[in-house]
Amino acid sequence: MTDESKTPMSDGLPEPVIRHRRVNASLIWLVPIVAALVGLSLVIHAWMQQGPTIAITFQTAEGLDPGKTVVKYKNVVIGKVSTIRLNSDRRKVVVNVDLDKTAAGIAVADSRFWVVRPRIGLGGVSGIDTLLSGSFIGVDVGNSKQKQTDFAGLETPPSVTHDAEGKSFILHSGDLGSLDIGSPVYFRRLQVGRVASYKLNDDGKGVTLQVFVERPYDKFVTTDSRFWNASGVDVSLGADGLKLNTQSLATVLAGGVAFLDAPGPHPTAEVAPQDAVFTLFDTQAHAMAPPDGEPHYIRMRFDQPLRGLAVDAPVEFLGMNIGSVVSIRMDYDEKTGHFPIYVGAVVYPDRLGRAHQKLMAQARSQGDDDDMSHLIGTLVAHGLRAQAKVGNLLTGQLFISLDFLKNAPKATYDPSVRPLEIPTAPGNFDKLQEQLAEIVDKIRKIPFDSIGNNLNQTLVSLNKTLNQVNNQVLPQFQDTLKGANQTLGTANNAFSPDSPLQQNLGSTLQELQRMARSLRTLTDYLGTHPSSLIRGRSADAPPAADTGSSTTKPQQGSKP
Amino acid sequence: MNAMPRAHELGLIGCHVCGLVCRDTQVPDAACPRCGASLHRRKPDSCARTWALLIAAFILYIPANVLPIMRTVSLGSVDDNTILSGVMELWVKGSPDLAVIVFTASIVVPMMKFLVMGTLLLSVHRGSHWARAQRARLYRLVEFIGYWSMLDVFVVSLLTALVQFGFFSAVEPLPGVVYFGLTVVLTMLASMNFDPRLIWDGKDEDD
Ligand SMILES: [Zn+2]
Repeated sequence: MTDESKTPMSDGLPEPVIRHRRVNASLIWLVPIVAALVGLSLVIHAWMQQGPTIAITFQTAEGLDPGKTVVKYKNVVIGKVSTIRLNSDRRKVVVNVDLDKTAAGIAVADSRFWVVRPRIGLGGVSGIDTLLSGSFIGVDVGNSKQKQTDFAGLETPPSVTHDAEGKSFILHSGDLGSLDIGSPVYFRRLQVGRVASYKLNDDGKGVTLQVFVERPYDKFVTTDSRFWNASGVDVSLGADGLKLNTQSLATVLAGGVAFLDAPGPHPTAEVAPQDAVFTLFDTQAHAMAPPDGEPHYIRMRFDQPLRGLAVDAPVEFLGMNIGSVVSIRMDYDEKTGHFPIYVGAVVYPDRLGRAHQKLMAQARSQGDDDDMSHLIGTLVAHGLRAQAKVGNLLTGQLFISLDFLKNAPKATYDPSVRPLEIPTAPGNFDKLQEQLAEIVDKIRKIPFDSIGNNLNQTLVSLNKTLNQVNNQVLPQFQDTLKGANQTLGTANNAFSPDSPLQQNLGSTLQELQRMARSLRTLTDYLGTHPSSLIRGRSADAPPAADTGSSTTKPQQGSKP
Repeated sequence: MNAMPRAHELGLIGCHVCGLVCRDTQVPDAACPRCGASLHRRKPDSCARTWALLIAAFILYIPANVLPIMRTVSLGSVDDNTILSGVMELWVKGSPDLAVIVFTASIVVPMMKFLVMGTLLLSVHRGSHWARAQRARLYRLVEFIGYWSMLDVFVVSLLTALVQFGFFSAVEPLPGVVYFGLTVVLTMLASMNFDPRLIWDGKDEDD
């Protein structure tokens, strides 16, 4: 469509043509609008994602890195550490965490935070993955509805998390033993839970533990369950002998708690409710014993050495263990110049069961007070005495035995003395000597003289018999032995290496060997030429050409 | 009038494509009679286009700097870096030369482009006569350095392609790098759409 010639101008320049343009130039403004929309969407997105910011206090910021350390719940990243600073008194660090919008519900009052680091404990190794990837903050989401933004971080991971199903129980104990947070709880030697926390009682007279038992094992904790400390190796050397008891090898190292229903039927036992309170006994034996009831302190005066009596030695009443020795003190009696030994013991009359109840009822009906002093008075009048007896002959351990003695010498008993003093009688430890004397007496009565005479006569006749044997029987026996010797010599010759029998045997075997060889050749041949059975043996084939050349070649080469 | 004559004063218009000189008939939508390319004395809507693209580039420059551009995974530890944090990391970890290069290419150059283009556009709007030659030189500088600011994008794409050792070491691009690339492209387009002859429009005062 050039029209250079059609529109000739004065200066001879061509004139432009008209062509309609398609694009409206103002559309270019769409570009910044789109950019602005994208920017806006990013801002909105970020704002929507923005959850609450929480502050967690830790002892140290070890392993934490602002902008990098993440907060994980069930291994899902739900937030990131934004800044770390010291708190106002510079004792702790405050870690600010930006939580995701989706994780906003985590910031509630009873949520707990801790730093997941590699930890090696007796229970095992945890957080090993953080060795390479760096630490992160773990969280246990609470159930509370109350919002909170400031948290005190835990220094160790909680042993029980909120999402764990089960029940926790409170245990009271005299001391912690070797238990720790996370120590296992065993039921029939099966681990069913953990120690969640412990604290010293406010009065300092004991420890309160919280244990957590997982579902479905929590239903085995009943109102009649007994808990005991299964820590370490339970070695007890007492009057009962040596006892060694452990729950598992792990408890030997890390300690643990075990529980079981008390033996016997439990018609009233129910599943224990959440936070039910139990006593944590020292040993399984203590735990399984019937409830002890009120302890009573008694004292006994012994006028004999008590070597082998130790604190914790049992106190038995007619063979029932009703308490233990708590103190052994020496005293000096100015009047007699003796050194009596006062043994203090704690007894639990409730261990006597119905006997105690009946005795108490009887005593009360007679107008006695609650303190069983008159009751004991009655028993003493009937011959109740305390004795130190040998419980274990090997170790010489003593225990205190309260028994009714026949012909007991009259004893003074003052029911008003506190603690109650129970009269004693010399124990069988002393009687041992008497018994020994009796044994010696009996031995003395044995008629050793006549026994010796009889023995002498017997020996004389035995001597005679032996002489006879020597003179008559032995020569004959010698002849027999000689004959036997000759026979053996002949047999020996027959089997000597150069004997004809031996040589014949050798050649026969060689013959047999040859025969076997030719038989093998025959079978080999038949194997390769079965037809020769019918047609007879064919002429030998000439050796193959290639084998011939391969064998000759090296010979040629080696000649020069 | 001793100034040098201009094409429009002589009533002439040149084709940008084939170089044909036509008579300037002042009609809209004129096209070159020889090659058919549109004929215009100045690029049409040059200022508006440049403004639009420059503003768009500036908007996108914000997420480009705020969002992380690169994720480095080494031995399981994840590290997201924005442009500035990357520069700081390079500086701290003992390669200040690299830090300076990246800083220049990713921060200085784009900012300079925004400033220069903005200044040029404003001065053109006002028909200013101030330092025309220097402004023209500035424009040429912006045109020249335009593509060099893609350095960050190249670095990220190179690293992503080269460093892929799974758990031990890996580099992933993150959205920030897309915004940065868009910013660079848009600033280049903006400077392309700017017509430097606009600087010289208006009457010459002196030479
Ligand atoms: Zn043309």
